[in-house]
Amino acid sequence: MKVLVPVKRVIDYNVKVRVKADGSGVDLANVKMSMNPFDEIAVEEAIRLKEAGKAEEVVAVSIGVKQAQETLRTALAMGADRAILVVAADDVHQDIEPLAVAKILKAVIDEEQPGLVLAGKQAIDNDMNATGQMLSALLGWSQATFASKLDIEGDHAVVTREVDGGLQTIKVTMPTIVTVDLRLNEPRYASLPNIMKAKKKPLDEKTAADYGVDVTPRLEVVKTEEPAAREAGIKVGSVDELVEKLKEAGAV
Amino acid sequence: MRAYDRDDLLFQLFEVAQLEDQIAGTDLDREAVMGILDTADQIATDHFLPHGKLLDENDPEFVDGRAVIPDEAIAAVREQVEAGFIGSGFAPESGGMGLPETVHQAAAFIFSASNISLAGYGLLTVGAGRLIQSFGTEDQKKRYLEPMAEGRFFGTMCLSEPQAGSSLSDITTRAEPMEDGRYAISGRKMWISGGEQEISENIVHMVLAKIPGGPPGVKGISLFIVPKRNADGTPNDVTLAGLNHKMGYRGTTNCALNFGEKGACVGELLGEPHKGLSYMFQMMNEARIGVGMGATALGQAGYQASLAYARERPQGRSPAGKDPVSPQLPIIEHADIRRLLLAQKAAVEAALALSIYCTSLVDRERKGDEAAGPLLEILTPVTKSWPSEFCLEANKHAIQILGGAGYTRDYPVERYYRDNRLNHIHEGTHGIQGMDLLGRKVVMGGGAAFKGLMSTIRADIAAAADSEFAQPLSDALDRMEPVTLHLAGELMKDPTRGLANATLYLDCMGHVVMAWMWLRLTEAAKRVASRDGDTAFLRGKHQAARYFYARELVRTEGWAKTLSANDQTAFDMAADWF
Ligand SMILES: Cc1cc2nc3c(=O)[nH]c(=O)nc-3n(C[C@H](O)[C@H](O)[C@H](O)COP(=O)(O)OP(=O)(O)OC[C@H]3O[C@@H](n4cnc5c(N)ncnc54)[C@H](O)[C@@H]3O)c2cc1C
Ligand SMILES: Cc1cc2nc3c(=O)[nH]c(=O)nc-3n(C[C@H](O)[C@H](O)[C@H](O)COP(=O)(O)OP(=O)(O)OC[C@H]3O[C@@H](n4cnc5c(N)ncnc54)[C@H](O)[C@@H]3O)c2cc1C
Repeated sequence: MKVLVPVKRVIDYNVKVRVKADGSGVDLANVKMSMNPFDEIAVEEAIRLKEAGKAEEVVAVSIGVKQAQETLRTALAMGADRAILVVAADDVHQDIEPLAVAKILKAVIDEEQPGLVLAGKQAIDNDMNATGQMLSALLGWSQATFASKLDIEGDHAVVTREVDGGLQTIKVTMPTIVTVDLRLNEPRYASLPNIMKAKKKPLDEKTAADYGVDVTPRLEVVKTEEPAAREAGIKVGSVDELVEKLKEAGAV
Repeated sequence: MRAYDRDDLLFQLFEVAQLEDQIAGTDLDREAVMGILDTADQIATDHFLPHGKLLDENDPEFVDGRAVIPDEAIAAVREQVEAGFIGSGFAPESGGMGLPETVHQAAAFIFSASNISLAGYGLLTVGAGRLIQSFGTEDQKKRYLEPMAEGRFFGTMCLSEPQAGSSLSDITTRAEPMEDGRYAISGRKMWISGGEQEISENIVHMVLAKIPGGPPGVKGISLFIVPKRNADGTPNDVTLAGLNHKMGYRGTTNCALNFGEKGACVGELLGEPHKGLSYMFQMMNEARIGVGMGATALGQAGYQASLAYARERPQGRSPAGKDPVSPQLPIIEHADIRRLLLAQKAAVEAALALSIYCTSLVDRERKGDEAAGPLLEILTPVTKSWPSEFCLEANKHAIQILGGAGYTRDYPVERYYRDNRLNHIHEGTHGIQGMDLLGRKVVMGGGAAFKGLMSTIRADIAAAADSEFAQPLSDALDRMEPVTLHLAGELMKDPTRGLANATLYLDCMGHVVMAWMWLRLTEAAKRVASRDGDTAFLRGKHQAARYFYARELVRTEGWAKTLSANDQTAFDMAADWF
């Protein structure tokens, strides 16, 4: 089985995000970018499936600016076998919306014929939480979202999902799309020897036009604002005092 | 938040040191270097940075002859090792990656800024392993170096003894030849970092000892490989006698070790007899660059913490408008806080530039560039000592910016200060470095290295003729040269009095070298600005350089006077006058 993992290049979770002066979005010029953390978990799961003999090949796909190549190298250094970059924007500030991403992914999947797509449940930049679901609709495949456990059993997958009330386990037929949640695994670091090996792994470059997908945005960002500054905290001396303060604040 | 400025590190590597030119034609490219630094960043952020306070407050414990450190420390170092950050320091034929020293040390900088005491284990192992790499037999490499490159064995440097720290000629540890060609080791070593720990399977101690009957003093010192455990896993009679309770660097165990208490400690000679100290010194340059890099990293960490604090702490109002109902200003708005911040920036960024310059010299030397060796020789005491002295000063400023908060253990800045206080002491004290610079490096080869350094700086000045810093730097060299010549003469007349101001000379030379680094930094900033446009980041470089020239380089004028007079006030203060 081939596993396909879409990975997105996003602002690093460790960077202090600044809103652009005109409020049109977040300032991404000269800012550290990394692989979306949920996608790292998806890559890790795919590699584990391969290590467990349940998958033969792991293919990472990224859609966005040319620099997303670095993100793909990270996936390759973690252990993916090859990568496909679909250049769909020149400006780092242009976000490719979920529907366009899903359409491009569908086209890639039509070519690649994977048995499983492992995606992050959402990207930490815009928190859309939509690509996996849209892709499932476009392909007519089953989907299992928010996965915290995944077992492949022949022609179906057993997936534990993190839902509001707790955990839900479902069985879906393959091929399927699984979107992964935070607790599925702890992704490995790209080791130095693997970073060097990744340089030799194949990375194909395509464009959105190659797949005939129009990536013109359909959504309009009206305003972007910094969250209100956090008020200074206080230190309490004991648990009793904490309970007291929480009561005062009407929190308990 | 990171404990270091990633943008500055990348600027320094790629724009100032022009790393891409250095690695052209190798397996490495910019993207791979970024990947390596990213992995270092992730491990440092996830596993090193969070445990600074924990390790500081939980000193290693001596339990049944073992050194017990928190599990978090073990896990963190294992992550670092498994990602390949020890192997990266060794040549491919030794099972390593053969990474350029510049890249290897840039990663070390990230780990050191994030948790200096955890970074210590890897640095020591690389230092010890490189001795075997350079001087060991194929068989020794197989048995000791390869497991070190894999991160299974760690290494230590066992030079110091209770009665012999700066004066290694006075060590008393003995190595008696045995019939099978190996040696029975007996003696006591003191201050051994990582001397006992349970992170690695085995510990390879690099031990200085004397073979009986050899010449007296340093010419009779040999170097031995002494593993904690023998090949079959049995103990090799190396006993942990006690742990030192230190001011800082508390996550690195520091041990008193007894070798051969039961008469059963066996060592293997490394290289030839009586050459131990010269082998050590050949590895010392890299270790000393590493110490300077660590001191710089701690300076950075304090700078970052105090900068973040200064942006957020509201206190006081502008002297010009003290309306009591107006909101208080963040303290970064006050002139004195900007001074304290800029003083730190001016020190730590120049110190990083010199650290990276020296690692580049190591790389150039490895590639056979003959000019690199002497430059490295003369810069080594500076790159070890200047950051140790002046990035500690930076840590002092960081505490000051936090006010009362800075003096508490709720914030990391006082810990950085305590950690950094070590760097003047180990790997040759500040005083010993001064004597090394003036007494050895400056005068060696008829002053060849000194002249080489001056002409290297002058070449950079010539290439930056339109820089506002060209003239003042050139003036500083014009002061430094006659002072140096004069002191070299004094040294010939009377070595004791000639060296009496060696430490001041070291500081003075350090300031001149740092002014040179600021010239290099600002020239790189100009290149970037003309390529990509000017930014606040680049403007900050020019302003820090101006600060350094206006407030620090001028101090060398007074120092030069003291040095020219070869002032003997301190030495003439007889011991019984105190
Ligand atoms: C935390 C820590 C870790 C260490 N790790 C290691 C390690 O891993 N391996 C190891 O072998 N050692 C290690 N050391 C030992 C370190 O290298 C010594 O402390 C150092 O060399 C100084 O020796 P000393 O402490 O005996 O001081 P001394 O040599 O007694 O020096 C005391 C003072 O006298 C000055 N002085 C001494 N001799 C002269 C002289 N001839 N002229 C002018 N001034 C002089 C020194 O500059 C210093 O200021 C470590 C030390 C510490 C504190
Ligand atoms: C161990 C200890 C014991 C103490 N004991 C007592 C005590 O017994 N009683 C008591 O009342 N207090 C006590 N203090 C508090 C001490 O006086 C304050 O810490 C000190 O006045 C600084 O105030 P701060 O800590 O709020 O720092 P801040 O006022 O926030 O200052 C932070 C930094 O900003 C600078 N800064 C602030 N305002 C300005 C300005 N307008 N212009 C320029 N720079 C400015 C400061 O110089 C400092 O560098 C103690 C503090 C400590 C650490």
